[in-house]
Amino acid sequence: MDNMIKVNIIDRQGKMHLLDAPTDMNLNIMEVCKSYNLPVEGTCGGMALCASCQVYIESETPLPEQSESELAMLDQAFYVKDNSRLGCQIRITDKIDGIVLRLAPESVKPS
Amino acid sequence: MIETDIIIIGAGPVGLFTVFEAGLLKLRCHLIDSLPVPGGQLIEIYPKKPIYDIPGYPIVNAGELVDKLMEQNAVFKPAFTLGESATTLHEEDGKFVVNTTKGTKHKAPIVIIAGGLGVFEPRKPPIENLEKFEDKGVEYIIRDPEFYKGKRVVVSGGGDSALDWSIYLAENNIVSELSLVHRRTSFRGHLDSVQKVMDLAHAGKINLITEAEVVGINSDGNGQVGAVVIKHSNLGDIVKDTDHFIPLFGLTPSLGPIANWGLDIEKNAVKVNTLDYSTNRPGIYAVGDINTYSGKLKLILCGFHEGTLAVQSAFARIYPNKKNVLKYTTVNGVSGF
Repeated sequence: MDNMIKVNIIDRQGKMHLLDAPTDMNLNIMEVCKSYNLPVEGTCGGMALCASCQVYIESETPLPEQSESELAMLDQAFYVKDNSRLGCQIRITDKIDGIVLRLAPESVKPS
Repeated sequence: MIETDIIIIGAGPVGLFTVFEAGLLKLRCHLIDSLPVPGGQLIEIYPKKPIYDIPGYPIVNAGELVDKLMEQNAVFKPAFTLGESATTLHEEDGKFVVNTTKGTKHKAPIVIIAGGLGVFEPRKPPIENLEKFEDKGVEYIIRDPEFYKGKRVVVSGGGDSALDWSIYLAENNIVSELSLVHRRTSFRGHLDSVQKVMDLAHAGKINLITEAEVVGINSDGNGQVGAVVIKHSNLGDIVKDTDHFIPLFGLTPSLGPIANWGLDIEKNAVKVNTLDYSTNRPGIYAVGDINTYSGKLKLILCGFHEGTLAVQSAFARIYPNKKNVLKYTTVNGVSGF
């Protein structure tokens, strides 16, 4: 299909979800996950301010460099690994077709 | 006891506009917010960000919108309890009494929750027995530095608050020993703070442990923190004796105490009836980002609408025998209190 790419998401139970994502709607990974009802909170709405959309990149897909705000947020987040990114900061474009991502564990909710 | 017509929990844009709509109906409002200034997310998270979907404003900065809302509702003299979050709610003489973290009491026949994302609370690291040691050596906020006098302290985190407090506690010789644990070798705080930490580490005043995370807490035998277990990426587990462990990882919003107010909650939001945005508890309404219903959109615009309908319903509750006719500001103007 035109303007569609494949995004592969491994959920927290290890199940792979093969998602179709449109490239012409200015979406990001967090929004795509939410639209497929995957358990991604996206609390801050995509401003790199909550890390609830943290994912691990499991493919060799080249991605744009991380912004200062994304790096700053990941510095305050938990379960962060070398391949951690914020889903909200990864735009759906042709360049990331076939990307494989794993959802990071949810942070402990404050009581 | 502060008495008013409507207690609004949350002084974000929706709470602030609700004051105006309530004022048109001659209802007075008192707002409670955990943040020290009005504005909610707009001030706390994105004061400089432009917003493009406020009717009549092709573009407006979040901070500017808050100023305008305050200007607009000023005629109705809203009162504020700021820097305190609402904790408990109970009924007394047919009215609601809302208490705050600092013990301020508010009484009104109507409560409107405009709590946005919720209360901003410290982000807690995922350490299994962390909560068991809260106030027993684990603190998320430093209220009084002197509390740590002569104590051994482990701070973790890499942002400004972790750096600034480490510097303060070490420089002023308050603590007997200060360790700063950070996951990476570099820090993302202000450059001069980073340099100061490095200097203090060099001078032996800060025990800097990088490429490491605190993963466990050991008791001192009396239920207090006795040591933390630090997982180092090269050196493996290090057990570090300490009296206090202070994780400083910024703030994150959570529903907070209103989760215990007997309201129907779904997906971290308060369920409402879209007829008037009332909750399952008569007299309590929820508007803005904190509520949920079929078709909900988390937009400031929608929150304005919700607050407007909620105060109409509130009026009918307060004055069941008065007829309320919608009056246009173009016809009647705005007469304040």
